[in-house]
Formats: sequence, structure tokens, C-alpha cells
Amino acid sequence: MKYMLLINSPATETDAEMASFEEWMAYDKTVRESGVYVSGESLADLTTATTVQVSASGERTVTDGPFAETREVLGGFYVIDVPDLDVALDWAARCPGARGGGSVVVRPVAEF
Amino acid sequence: MTAADGRNAASVGPSIEAVFREERGRLLASLVRRFGDLDLAEEVASEAIEAALVHWPADGVPPNPGAWLMTTARRRAVDRLRRDRTYAARLAILQVEADRAAPATPADSGGGELPDERLQLFFTCAHPALSAEDRVALTLRCLAGLTTPEVARAFLLPPATMAKRIVRAKKKIREARIPFRVPGADELPGRLPGVLQVIYSIFTEGYAASTGPDLQRLDLAEEAIRLARILRRLLPREREVAGLLALMLLVHARHAARIGADGELVLLDDQDRARWDRTMIEEGQGLVVVALTGGPPGLYGVQAAIAALHDEAAGLATTDWPQIVALYDVLLALAPSPVIALNRAVAVAMRDGAEAGLVLLDELAGEPRLRGYHPYATARGDLLHRLGRHRAAADAYRQALDWAGTEPERAHLRRRLAACESADLAGHEPLRDEGSRDGDD
Repeated sequence: MKYMLLINSPATETDAEMASFEEWMAYDKTVRESGVYVSGESLADLTTATTVQVSASGERTVTDGPFAETREVLGGFYVIDVPDLDVALDWAARCPGARGGGSVVVRPVAEF
Repeated sequence: MTAADGRNAASVGPSIEAVFREERGRLLASLVRRFGDLDLAEEVASEAIEAALVHWPADGVPPNPGAWLMTTARRRAVDRLRRDRTYAARLAILQVEADRAAPATPADSGGGELPDERLQLFFTCAHPALSAEDRVALTLRCLAGLTTPEVARAFLLPPATMAKRIVRAKKKIREARIPFRVPGADELPGRLPGVLQVIYSIFTEGYAASTGPDLQRLDLAEEAIRLARILRRLLPREREVAGLLALMLLVHARHAARIGADGELVLLDDQDRARWDRTMIEEGQGLVVVALTGGPPGLYGVQAAIAALHDEAAGLATTDWPQIVALYDVLLALAPSPVIALNRAVAVAMRDGAEAGLVLLDELAGEPRLRGYHPYATARGDLLHRLGRHRAAADAYRQALDWAGTEPERAHLRRRLAACESADLAGHEPLRDEGSRDGDD
């Protein structure tokens, strides 16, 4: 079963407890080599984000942002394929993004 | 199921009920394990029990009722799967995966003892991915075997609300695929407290209902004890399971003395200790020893030890207060909490006098978790009353009245308040109000 791990980072980075680049590389390597990896990306800074909305009349509105209104912002994701939620939670708990004020939301990918 | 068994049918009535009570959770757990679907398992388990209700009164209870129910339920499940092809396809996958994950379960047909898979179900129902309310509701529904309306009644919720909650929880188990399994030895210390918490919260709701007309819900307290006994059989080496069972037995042993003739709350000081259940106390004492032997103490074991000291004393004066304070110190070190600090302050008041207790209580005045917690205001009222500061005591009791949930507690507080007010006005005109009419002079 596929699960998406949504990695949320603190909006205001307190560098004291942030995971190091090396920790991220090590985690990424483990996920890929263990065979559970389906896909994953790290997202560029939130200030580079752009929002598109299309109204009922078909009019397109493009705006800068969104900017962080909550304490946490989406920083990246993994999709992994594992037997059940417990295994998915274990992978989420090992993710450096779950520490230092960040969190990882685990969501099953819908099956049709 | 021979004719000879049928001869026993005359005395079978109540024992059929007992069999269902004992077997339902086990049956459900086996079916969930086999088919990986809680809904299907519940439906065919109910159908098997209905079939038993038709056959057993006539044919007698079969020699292995669990196996009979399991075989019947499995046939019903297979029938359903044949009828519903898409469902069958999904379940076939689940079943294959389940068999791969844990092969070589003993054959569940024939006369042998069925494997008891309730432990898996305990951990599924108490999974941290579910909300605390959902965990309690699912445990009562799946392991205690309460119907949804019964679970709703236990928490004074409309049945439709409870049904919605249970449906949502089961959907999460199915769609997020919360596994049916016992956590491994390395995970158990992290997961077991969640299971114990579910059972204890069922018990505390039974022991001191948070709302409603009744102070005690004995059915819930007894259900929690029954669940803890099952868990103890399944995890005999876990000392905190023994500790939890001990704690609940040692507290529940006093239930008959906690309620007076008019349904009012009777505090420990005033209870008729002859009405305490000695058998339950002895069983609890034995379990406390198990809980506190062979390793560092756990939360439930220490609380059970405190309850045991209360139960062993002939009265307040002979209660071992220094030992109780010492145990509260251990408890505070294990799990710092303002509620434990409050209880410790009351014990210190018994050991060193009301003034000492009051100092500790006033240190807790700013604790947000004690705001709205009426035992805090009640304890202050009691100590102030003992110190002869009746006006301040009356204020504390009024605060407690604002916060108290059940009618017997409120009636008790009104009597205390009246006693304070009349003591304050001693020598003056006696105060008449609602509280003083049913006063307990």
C-alpha cells in the first residue's frame, strides 16, 4: 500500500535543532535502497511559490504566494510502498523532517 | 452436538450468555485476523451468535463453543464473498498478505483450543493513529462486546453520534491500513501504555462519571476490570498490566461503601469499611506485589500500592500516611502532573497537618489543568474548614460547586458549604438554605 509522507518544516527556522544536510542525505539513501521508495521531491523555498485560481467564468488569476500563515510549511514529500500504517509511521519517524519542530503527515494514497 | 448434549439444555440459559460474553471478542479477533476487515468480521460474528441462539437452546451448547462459532462465522463470510465478487477480490488480497505476514496459525477447525487473537485487536483498537475517544469506543464495541447503543449510553451520547464515530474509526483502520498485530518486544513499551490508558479511562468513567445523575457506573467499571483480566491472561509478564488490574480492584472494592442510603457520595473518611470487598482487596494486594517486583515501578503499580495502603487501614488515623506521601513522590517523579501533586498535598495534610497541606495546594493555584477541576477546590475547602477558616472554606466550596459534574457530588458539596456557613455564623442566627435542609450533622 502506498503512503505519502508530507514533510512540514517550521515556518521560522530555528537552526538549533534543524537536521543537517548529511542527515537528510543518509535518510534519502536509506529510503531509496530499502525498496520502499516510489517517488519523492524536495520543494524549493515557499517564497518561490505561485498560486493559480480559475473562476467559474474561466478567468485565470495568478498570485504570488501563498506565504506561510501557519507555523509549518510543506517542504517536500516521499511516496513509499509498505505493508501497513505502522511501517509507514516508522519511516516517517526516521525522517529528519519530523524533528526540530517539524512534522511528517502520513496519508494513504487512495486506491481505485 | 449430540442428543446427549441436548439433555443439558435445561440449565443452559444463563451459560449461553456467559459463553457469548467470553467468546465474542475472541471470535471477532480471529475473524479480523483472517479477513482483515472489521465490518465483515462483526457482521458474520453476529450472524454466528444468532445461529447459536437458535440451535444451542435445542441442541445444547457444543463441547467447543468457540470452534462452533468460528466455523459458522467463517462459512457465512465465505458465502458473502461468493456473492460479492469485487469485495472478494479485495479480501482475497488482504488474506494472502495476512497469511504471508504470519503463517502457521494452528488450524481453527476441529475440537482444539482456538488461538486467542484478542491481543492483536486490543492494539488495533488502541492504536495511536486513532483519536482517544475512538479508541475507547472501539475497545468497548469490539472487545467488551457492547452494542453501539450501549457504547453510546456509556458516554451519554446519542446513538447516531456514536454510530458515526465508530464507522469513521473503522474506516480509518481499513483505509489507512492500521495493522492487526501485536507490537514487537521493542515497540511494546511504547504501545502498551495506550492500551492500558483505554481500559483505565473506561474504569474512571465508571468510577466517577463525568456527567449525569449517577455517581458510579458499575457496569463500566466491571467491564474495565474484565478487559484487564483478559489482557493479564494474554500478557502475563507485563507488570503494569498487573498494576492496572490491582489498582482497579483495590478502588472498586470500596464501591458499595462510596454511596450512602440516598445515593450521596460518601468520602473515604466516612465510609463503612466493613462494606469493602475483602476478596477483591486480597486479589489486588497480591497483584500489587507482582506489579512492584522485579524492576523499576510503573505508574499503575505505584497507584495500586497507594490504594492498597488505604484498603489495609482500619481507619484514617491508622492509615500509613508517610508511606503514601513517599509513594506519591515516586509517582510525581515518574509522571509530573498537577493532579498527582494535588493528591500528594492532601496526603501531606494527613501526615503533617492541614496547614502544611494548604501551603502545597496554594502553590498549585496557578495550574491551568486544575482550573475547573472540582477536587482541587474541594480539597482547599476541606483543609480551610479543618483550620477553622470557615468563610474562606465556604468560598472554596462554592467554587467547587461551580465545577462539579454529577448531582451526588453537588449534593455533598452543598452539605459541606452549609456546615461552613453555619460554623461561620455560630452564635448568630442559624443560616437556612437548600443545603442545610438535608445536612448531615
